[in-house]
Amino acid sequence: MSPPLALEARKVGMTFGGLKALADFDLSMREGELVGLIGPNGAGKTTAFNAITGVYAPTSGDVLVAGERVNGMRPHQICVRGIARTFQNVRLFKDLSALDNVRIACHAGSDSGFTSAWLLTPKHDREEARIRERALAFLEVMGLSPRSGELARNLPYGEQRRLEIARALATGPKVLCLDEPAAGMNASEKIALMELIRRIRERFSLAILVIEHDMRLVMGISERVLVLDHGVTIAHGKPEEVRRDPKVIEAYLGDAYLAEHSLELPEGGDR
Amino acid sequence: MTEFLQHVVNGLSLGTIYALIALGYTMVYGVLKLINFAHGDVYMVGAFAGYYIATALDVERSPSLPKAVAVFVGAMAVCGALGWAIERFAYRPLRNRPRLTSLITAIGVSFLLEFGFQLPSLRAQGEAFRGVLEGWGLRLPAPVAGVLAVLPDNFPPGPTPRFFPEPFERVDWTVLGGVHVSNYDVVSLAVAVVFMVALQLIVYRTKFGTAMRAVSYDSRVAGLMGIPVSRIISGTFVLGSVLAAVAALLVAGSRPRIDPIMGLMPGLKAFVAAVFGGIGSVPGAMVGGLVLGFSEEMVAGYTVSSFRDGIAFAMLILVLLLRPEGLFGRVSAEKV
Amino acid sequence: MGRLRLLLRPVVPFAVAAPMLWGLQVLAPQDVAIILVAIGVNVILAVSLNVVNGFTGQFSIGHAAFMAVGAYTAALITTGFREVQIAHLPVGISDAVIFALALVAAMAVASVAGLLVGIPSLRLRGDYLAIVTLGFGEIIRVVIENTRALGQATGISGLPAATNVLWTGMGVVATVVMARRLLVSTQGRALLAIREDEVAAEAMGIDTVGWKVRAFVISAAFAGLAGGLLVHRIMLVTPRMFTFVKSMEVVVMVVLGGMGSITGSIIAATVLTVALEWLRGLDQYRMVIYSILLIALMLTRPTGLFGTKEIWDTLPRWLGGRRAAGGAR
Repeated sequence: MSPPLALEARKVGMTFGGLKALADFDLSMREGELVGLIGPNGAGKTTAFNAITGVYAPTSGDVLVAGERVNGMRPHQICVRGIARTFQNVRLFKDLSALDNVRIACHAGSDSGFTSAWLLTPKHDREEARIRERALAFLEVMGLSPRSGELARNLPYGEQRRLEIARALATGPKVLCLDEPAAGMNASEKIALMELIRRIRERFSLAILVIEHDMRLVMGISERVLVLDHGVTIAHGKPEEVRRDPKVIEAYLGDAYLAEHSLELPEGGDR
Repeated sequence: MTEFLQHVVNGLSLGTIYALIALGYTMVYGVLKLINFAHGDVYMVGAFAGYYIATALDVERSPSLPKAVAVFVGAMAVCGALGWAIERFAYRPLRNRPRLTSLITAIGVSFLLEFGFQLPSLRAQGEAFRGVLEGWGLRLPAPVAGVLAVLPDNFPPGPTPRFFPEPFERVDWTVLGGVHVSNYDVVSLAVAVVFMVALQLIVYRTKFGTAMRAVSYDSRVAGLMGIPVSRIISGTFVLGSVLAAVAALLVAGSRPRIDPIMGLMPGLKAFVAAVFGGIGSVPGAMVGGLVLGFSEEMVAGYTVSSFRDGIAFAMLILVLLLRPEGLFGRVSAEKV
Repeated sequence: MGRLRLLLRPVVPFAVAAPMLWGLQVLAPQDVAIILVAIGVNVILAVSLNVVNGFTGQFSIGHAAFMAVGAYTAALITTGFREVQIAHLPVGISDAVIFALALVAAMAVASVAGLLVGIPSLRLRGDYLAIVTLGFGEIIRVVIENTRALGQATGISGLPAATNVLWTGMGVVATVVMARRLLVSTQGRALLAIREDEVAAEAMGIDTVGWKVRAFVISAAFAGLAGGLLVHRIMLVTPRMFTFVKSMEVVVMVVLGGMGSITGSIIAATVLTVALEWLRGLDQYRMVIYSILLIALMLTRPTGLFGTKEIWDTLPRWLGGRRAAGGAR
């Protein structure tokens, strides 16, 4: 009896007013898999993320986390069930320290009220110490230990992105969704990031879904790649196959490129 | 039946007033996403501006149509200028700050107007100051004392209410077997409708209106498309403030008692009306205003009238519990 | 011994403060005592509002309404039990117990009010909370003015003059301890996260609505405490004491001190209360000055005196500033 899929999106659709931003989005992920999500700008990648993590309630289809249907749940409930994410535009808690950013995530799902904070119970102190340890450990993993006391707003951009990942990891997810984690990084930073992503996948047995624009990075780390264009999945498979798929080439480079290189779309291809 | 019709008539009157004020709130919220707390007080200033102009033109003793028009236009101009000034000096500098900052400033401006108008007249204040100095054994230098004599003894109006003079003779009719309607009601309704129609035309048929709507959808992109966003925002404030002045004058006709805090309740209620109709939506504000006017009249007429003021808040609670985006509002999903 | 220490630790500030406050009460002349009580009440108001506006980043402008709820609750209890003396206790202690009960009840009822107002409105966008809290303030006023049992517009008079420096001081200690312990705790961090970025907080597993409601409720409770204390100093409770203007006075204190700074709220409340006393002769100018202050603050230094930091975070910079003036940072 195989364990339930970490994440399953079945024919998920998002329609805003008259605009169909996402249609029939299908994705299954097991623990340990690394899937890349690519597509031109505006293709619906972040929308897919938002539908999966509960920022939007899917207008159609189902999202299942470890077998449980999470449609319409609030983002914090879905987070507790095992999905964590980073954001396209870094959304750190700017005025708080790096350590605090991660500590907050360690607290995820905990339901203790204010009273334990006021009564200074030993349990509260133990919990605080435990959270601090955990948070420092995550900072260590992401190479941010020396920056733990620094305000998030003062960190250089690359470190801010790593901090966001550390924070997401601290929620203890089964699925980690990274939205353009390498944006704004230079080549060597990107290579380091690739390594980091591989390592955390190993260490925390995560399923990782990555939105990226850097083809080399995506093709380099993904086992599978899903390509979106105008909300529709136009290709889904191994990186080498997807890279050569004419539909994908056309979406990125246009049909002029196709003509130039004497490529053709298969019969009945949807535009 | 006649009682019902009377309430309908009154509700219509009241509703159009709320609608005119609500439009100001909704348009400003549309372009700036700011609740302009000071709007109710612009309404109040409109009433006083009209009062001062009417007094200067001696409307009390010799009312005439041209004078009435002058009072109208004058008050509209004063309010338009005030709205422009508030936006320019209190809100524009804060455009890139968190919204909370502007909200607090808006409340500050509101209080400044309300309490500023409750101060004794400038000349009285000057006299008081002179008195304090003399108490310390000092005397006011001659030129300053000269200025004192020139200071208005009428402005600020102070907390005691004033009475707006009647611009034209009041005529009451009894129609449809018992419904009391006055020429004031008719004129008020007609003027209100004219202005609301004019606003609709402006918002939907002119370049300015289209620009205003564009800014309300996405001010950054509108700016990139070449729309002079700051000027549109200024214009929106002016427009809203002018409508507030119109509302104030129409009210002053049938309820001539004006005082510096007269804007508080109508402002609050008009705001609720705007929220009800969908804050940011022009037709919403009009519908919201009318609905509130009717509801208030009906409830006050048929149940306990001291709960009149509570109707607006009951409506607010209902809206926020059941449909927070309002009648015509769109549920906007925040893009993350 | 360790066990005992653990048990006593939370109580230390109260145990330390009580004798000092008692001494202060005995020694302070009457007019000083009056100002101290006024300051104390305002500190409780400002610090409690700071929990919602400062820590959690929400915009509540109806604090006076919760004061009113607490004030009337306490007043009803003290007037209701005026003739009652608890068996086996001397009159003084019996009255004190009743007053304590009245204050606890004030906080409890104000919490319930906070719950009723908070739950529906904290689900919505930020601006809406301002509108709702404003509206709630007005509704409370309308309800009180129309309720015979609450004395309508004339209110309830003849309340026992139970509030003094000791009671107020202990109230202040309770409020500050509450806020401070909250701020440095895990739970407090959740509130800060909500302030910094609600969307991100939600994505990191924080039940933002639940926490906002909790902050709102505790803030309302302490506003109720302040209300109960206030009316038992002036021995009268009327609806006109709790208008929107009063709510805004508290907002000004919080903004001036810095939203998120406990010491800021304490200092601002003290400064403004004292300034108010001096300006008594210029009463009509008071609100004009307040509003100009508010606008000027927003235009020049919206973070207030201390922003989100406490005084001990910024003081070293002021003191060390002159030394470092020449050097590079």
